[in-house]
Amino acid sequence: MKHLNEEELILLYYGERAGSGAGGHLETCDVCQASFRSMALVLDAMDGLPVPERGAEYGSRVWQQLAPQLEKERVPWWKNLAGWLEPRRMAVAGAMAALLIAAFLAGRVSTRTQPVAGLSGSVRERIMLVAVGEHLDQSQMVLVELMNNSATGPVDITEEQQRAGDLISENRLYRQAALKSGDGRVSNVLDELQRVLLDIVHSPSKLDSAEFQQIRQRIESEGILFKIRVVGSNLREREKAPLTGTKQL
Amino acid sequence: MEQSDATAIAQVRDGNADAFRVLVERHSQSVFRLAFRMTGNQQDAEDLVQETFLRAYRQMGKFDGRASFSTWLYRIAANCSLDLIRARKRRETQQMPVDSEGQEMAAAAASGDPTPERLAFSGELKQLLAPALALLSAAERTAFVLRHYEGMGTEDIGRALGVHPGAAKHSVFRAVQKLRRALEPAVSSMKP
Repeated sequence: MKHLNEEELILLYYGERAGSGAGGHLETCDVCQASFRSMALVLDAMDGLPVPERGAEYGSRVWQQLAPQLEKERVPWWKNLAGWLEPRRMAVAGAMAALLIAAFLAGRVSTRTQPVAGLSGSVRERIMLVAVGEHLDQSQMVLVELMNNSATGPVDITEEQQRAGDLISENRLYRQAALKSGDGRVSNVLDELQRVLLDIVHSPSKLDSAEFQQIRQRIESEGILFKIRVVGSNLREREKAPLTGTKQL
Repeated sequence: MEQSDATAIAQVRDGNADAFRVLVERHSQSVFRLAFRMTGNQQDAEDLVQETFLRAYRQMGKFDGRASFSTWLYRIAANCSLDLIRARKRRETQQMPVDSEGQEMAAAAASGDPTPERLAFSGELKQLLAPALALLSAAERTAFVLRHYEGMGTEDIGRALGVHPGAAKHSVFRAVQKLRRALEPAVSSMKP
């Protein structure tokens, strides 16, 4: 007689379909029943995993902490504009505008006989290079500030955490774009950067010197700053190269 | 009258951010429980609750209502937890292991050699559960928590993990196998 395997027993425990006749077999087979009981004892015991109680006011407390962050999310557009008017961002926006104009003029001069179907691959690539380069620069600044902090007592990294938090979603998008375009080197660095940024965001905001030292060691052990510099400089080289139809990011 | 999740979601989408308060107050406890089971750490769990609601607010436009709001929220929480656990595991493998009580207990649980005296009371068995969960990989732990405690099906678990449902099912299987190996000797020693 063929007995039920462990996977079938697990499916039956969770009330899922486990193949035809599995349930009927379990009802009549002593061997499978013993096996099922022994597994069920362990899984039933898992229900006893202690979870700290949160009081009835917990939801309100979460809301109080969350509300100021949501407020930031719905800042009017003219206030966000101030951020875009920072010199660094203006430089990037200017570079992008220049590239778009160049692409437009190039299209007018060279492709009169052909229909223009949006931006060419090389122009999109150039815009991405500028944006990713800027993102790496900003990430590098956050990491460098943490590495250069020479405080000997407790350290408050709230500001760095906020900036790291802002960079995380951008980082994810750029990483996906790099993966899509097959640029493994950039996507690997962005992947490592993502983990370092998450580490920073999930650390306590106020650190004693030992905890802060740990964060710095983590950044150092990843060698992420070096990798960012290398990839950043590589991107800048690619930005300078003449427009071509390369497929990489 | 209590406002439904659907009404609150519609109001948030109409630009009323304060309506999000209803959802936060209603679901914070359950998201905390999930986050704690995933991480085993109160502070991490509290941070994850914040992160989960923040992401949910940002992604509200993507909520299509096919699953319930709580299921959608758990998926986000599971994703946040996965990021955290993976980051933590990487960190731990880079550092020398610390001789903590939890690790000793995990080793005892995994060795299958707990003394009958230590396990004389069910309270002591409870102390083995968290270290046993810590033996699972991030994906196994997520799959197990969503299956066992949240009652999610493999389709939803697959979506939370970003994998095919078959792979999600195997993560649950592997998790149960590891938990059995770790806990069966202790559990059977307590049988009447």
